[in-house]
Amino acid sequence: MSHRLKTGGRLIDRSRDVKFTFNGKHMKGFAGETLAASLLANGQTLLGRSFKYHRPRGIVASGAEEPNALVGLGKGDRYEPNQRVTTTEVFDGLTCETQNHWPSLDFDLLAVNSLVPQFLTAGFYYKTFLRPRAFWKHVYEPVIRKSAGLGKAPSPDARDPDSYEQIYAFCDVLIIGGGIAGLQAALSAAETGARVALWEQTAHWGGRAPVDGVTIDGQDADAWVAATIAKLEAMDNVHLRLRCMGAGVHDHGYVLGYERVSDHAPGTDAPRHRLWRMRAGQIVTATGAIERPLSFAGNDLPGVMLASAVRDYVVNYAVSPGQSVVVVTNNDDAYRTAIALRQAGVGVPAVVDARAEANGPLVAEARAAGITVLTGKGIRKVKGGKKVTGVEICRIDSKGTAFTEVFDCDAVAMSGGWSPVVHLWSHCGGKLVWDDTHHFFRPDASRPPLGADGAGFVRACGSADGEMGAVLMGAHEAGLAAAKATGASGTPPAPATDQVPDMAPMDAVWMMPRNAEYDLRMKMWLDYQNDVKVSDVQLAAREGYQSVEHTKRYTTLGMATDQGKLSNINGLAILSDALGQPIPATGTTTFRPPYTPISIGAIAGGATGPVFQPLRRTPLYDWHAENGADWEPVGQWRRPYTYIRAGEDRHKAVNREVTNARTNIGLLDASTLGKILVSGPDAGRFMDMLYTNMMSTLKPGKCRYGLMCNENGFLMDDGVVARLSDDAFLVHTTSGGADHVHGWMEDWLQCEWWDWKVHTVNLTEQFAQIAVVGPKARQLLERLGGMDVSRDALKFMEWSEGRLGGFDARVFRISFSGELSFEIAVPASQGRAFWDRLLAEGADLGVMPYGTEALHILRAEKGFIMIGDETDGTVIPQDLNLNWAISKKKDDFLGKRGMEREAMVHPDRWKLVGLETLDGSVLPHGALAVTGGKTANKQAETEGRVTSTYYSPTLKRGIAMGLVRHGPNRMGEVLEFAGPNDARIKARIVDPVLYDKEGAKQDV
Amino acid sequence: MLLLTCPCCGVTAEETEFAPGGEAHLKRFGPGSSDADYESYMFNRKNPRGVHFERWRHAYGCGKWFLAARCTMTLEVFGTYPAQTVEPPAEIVAAIKAKRPEWEGFA
Ligand SMILES: [Zn+2]
Repeated sequence: MSHRLKTGGRLIDRSRDVKFTFNGKHMKGFAGETLAASLLANGQTLLGRSFKYHRPRGIVASGAEEPNALVGLGKGDRYEPNQRVTTTEVFDGLTCETQNHWPSLDFDLLAVNSLVPQFLTAGFYYKTFLRPRAFWKHVYEPVIRKSAGLGKAPSPDARDPDSYEQIYAFCDVLIIGGGIAGLQAALSAAETGARVALWEQTAHWGGRAPVDGVTIDGQDADAWVAATIAKLEAMDNVHLRLRCMGAGVHDHGYVLGYERVSDHAPGTDAPRHRLWRMRAGQIVTATGAIERPLSFAGNDLPGVMLASAVRDYVVNYAVSPGQSVVVVTNNDDAYRTAIALRQAGVGVPAVVDARAEANGPLVAEARAAGITVLTGKGIRKVKGGKKVTGVEICRIDSKGTAFTEVFDCDAVAMSGGWSPVVHLWSHCGGKLVWDDTHHFFRPDASRPPLGADGAGFVRACGSADGEMGAVLMGAHEAGLAAAKATGASGTPPAPATDQVPDMAPMDAVWMMPRNAEYDLRMKMWLDYQNDVKVSDVQLAAREGYQSVEHTKRYTTLGMATDQGKLSNINGLAILSDALGQPIPATGTTTFRPPYTPISIGAIAGGATGPVFQPLRRTPLYDWHAENGADWEPVGQWRRPYTYIRAGEDRHKAVNREVTNARTNIGLLDASTLGKILVSGPDAGRFMDMLYTNMMSTLKPGKCRYGLMCNENGFLMDDGVVARLSDDAFLVHTTSGGADHVHGWMEDWLQCEWWDWKVHTVNLTEQFAQIAVVGPKARQLLERLGGMDVSRDALKFMEWSEGRLGGFDARVFRISFSGELSFEIAVPASQGRAFWDRLLAEGADLGVMPYGTEALHILRAEKGFIMIGDETDGTVIPQDLNLNWAISKKKDDFLGKRGMEREAMVHPDRWKLVGLETLDGSVLPHGALAVTGGKTANKQAETEGRVTSTYYSPTLKRGIAMGLVRHGPNRMGEVLEFAGPNDARIKARIVDPVLYDKEGAKQDV
Repeated sequence: MLLLTCPCCGVTAEETEFAPGGEAHLKRFGPGSSDADYESYMFNRKNPRGVHFERWRHAYGCGKWFLAARCTMTLEVFGTYPAQTVEPPAEIVAAIKAKRPEWEGFA
């Protein structure tokens, strides 16, 4: 059983107890350790169940590569599933629970899946569930949903109470990884004077070296690490960060760092996570290497762990995974584990070494310590159910039919060699090369990721570069070269010297024993979390899967939350062997950021709640807010949908506003309307290209409604143009369209007609614009005085400017409601005062603000189109019967050629009509007109759709507009629209103008 | 995230400061053009693996459009230049040739 050792533990503070709960059970750990160490110290080796077979799962690793030991962490609003216990620092009050078991961790009924493993082999989703189709919905899917999946999502009502932040930063050299190689690279780079940042994902500097007993300049590694950190901390040009993982290396030296600021100390004011958005001139990856499992039968039982992880738990946390640990290896490094266990007083029945001979210095040291070493042997199978009880040994080159020895043990430490962490090197295109000595992929220094200048911007050093001996000289050279590449010129002193024992060569062992029979192969796990075994990959190869990317998706190898950190190379080797080709010919799958999962909170940063997006407020925003505005987002603007008064609901409020505008005076805050000034000698020529109709003939003082199309001929924007002078036009765009239209103008002026003398400026926010609408509108303006707004002085579709009631005003006599209407622009700073004045002066005339919904109803009663309702990016002006606004005199305008295409002039295009339900009801928005026939796909055939639909308080019935095939030729015909629950709603095709057809009311 | 230099204001900035505008040096075909020419103008894009010319706008800076010569495979930027031209200027062509001798030239 795993347990706490009486002495030792370089990272724990035995004087500080930490209390936590596991599945409701109270446990105790020590400050400074991971949750994994605490759990093992409490004898908890069973930590979850696998994805498909619900096999018992325990801790395999000691870091980010852990595939099994995921728990749900925290409670309530702070609950988070799938947290890795090996990278979670234990703290007082921590609560965690296991996941993916039913009904309990110890007794999982769904473990029955593993009794029928042939049911869940490679590609099982694809094969098993194809037929019969009806079974999918009613049988397979419910079963799979119950048995598959990891963890459970937090409650939909949960709201993350923590804060997150992002920070932009810059440096010359970024070093990722704070082991001894990273420290030396940082020191050498910093000593040139370059600005250096150093990130380490764990809570401690130094990496593996102190655990492995490396000595540096004659002292132990811990002492050198402490001295080096002290030196770096004293340098102004160095920035150090613990608990900060290099998550991804992106184009041109952009790196994301994921700093877990207060995961280990909840309840402080600090943000929980911080996302670093670093621009680095050069990057050095010192990300170390990850040990590989060995593929033997039963290698997934709780108690089977990586040899390096066993060593980490013993040396760092004084925790032993067992009382008696068998070590199995194909290399010298694992002997360090045997020696560490023996020194800690833990039993080591044997080291099982696959190599024919084992003679390195570490082997000699183990033998001298009295440890039994078996060579040319491997594990035939691990004995035990929910935990290891022993191992059977066989000859490595055999089929494993019979065992040669048996050992009782309660843990196994395995080492199949190492794989450099090449993820960050590879994220942005760095290539790899296969190393025949150490049997791993390492960075190919001649093919690094390239920066904007075409030169490499990433270097690897230490074991991340495949250096398995002394690393400091190489790290020094990497740090120095990186600094020089950024222009630094200083010369650092010579690096320290690390002394490591000589290592005899390893033997590649991809399957143990090498000729294992099928019964053993189907119990050799490659991917522990996703339950992918050696036999699955071999089956995929037999079924024709040759590409590693396809095999990955077919078998789900490496697709679990650890993204194949342990399984990738072992799986590749099995696939390559099955395909009869060398491993480099098979290649690796693509490494994609992030290196390990990062929180959504960190990605969102501070952009939540009210600051999720910038909010654009009109000058009248505060008045609206104080007067019952029911807000509607329009792009980044907030506009009042309606103003709700006491005793009203939305519907009542809207109807009141519409009726008042038709009988008294309505006020609309139209400040969001786009206002773009187009001026210059060629302004008229440019306006003629921009609009479908002729604008250059517009006289100063006059207004004209116009349409803008894109080059496809599709309607893009509309609005009223006012000619201010011979060489200046004021373009009004839709509320959401101003920025886009302004950008569109600039595009054409800068990139196509750059010799035209035209200047544009977006004045949208410079003016408050208020529509004064209704039969008494003129009366109100006359009360303000200062400008002649009489029928003859300011005709319909004219504008004038002057002082209106003491305000600097430009008055446009235009109407989007069908009523007598003036739109008045005043400088933004005068907007609120002008609005207040209108309300005060018009009180006895029945002045009343209205919102966007009333605006919509007023325009729909008049049959005016709205961009975004009647248009959807596929509608041309002709579809909306706007042919009158398309000039026949102009040789060219944007969209003219597009409109000439066959499909655009086709007689079957759906065209705009009005629609009236026979029963007076309101048609559902977007409802489709159905013919009763079927299409070739056996779907209902349609012949039209509703584009705008409202209740009209003026007509006291539902009104709508829609696009209907041959619509204008079918006046009076009744269509059937599909409603909810198969309802059919009958509506008659009518003229879209339903109110004041002659236009008499707006021209008074 | 690319780093680009705006040739108008001289600022080297993050990709997020710019807005992409697709392939550069398209020739506009308006009224009177053939269906094939119009189709090519509107819809046919090169999408090469290697040297490519793109439109960018310094949207959150000076607001100017400019053009970039870039390698779509390695992300190397050969140079940026003002948009007021129908083909890459000689110095950009020379910069590309120096790095990619096998490049067949702008067509
Ligand atoms: Zn610029």
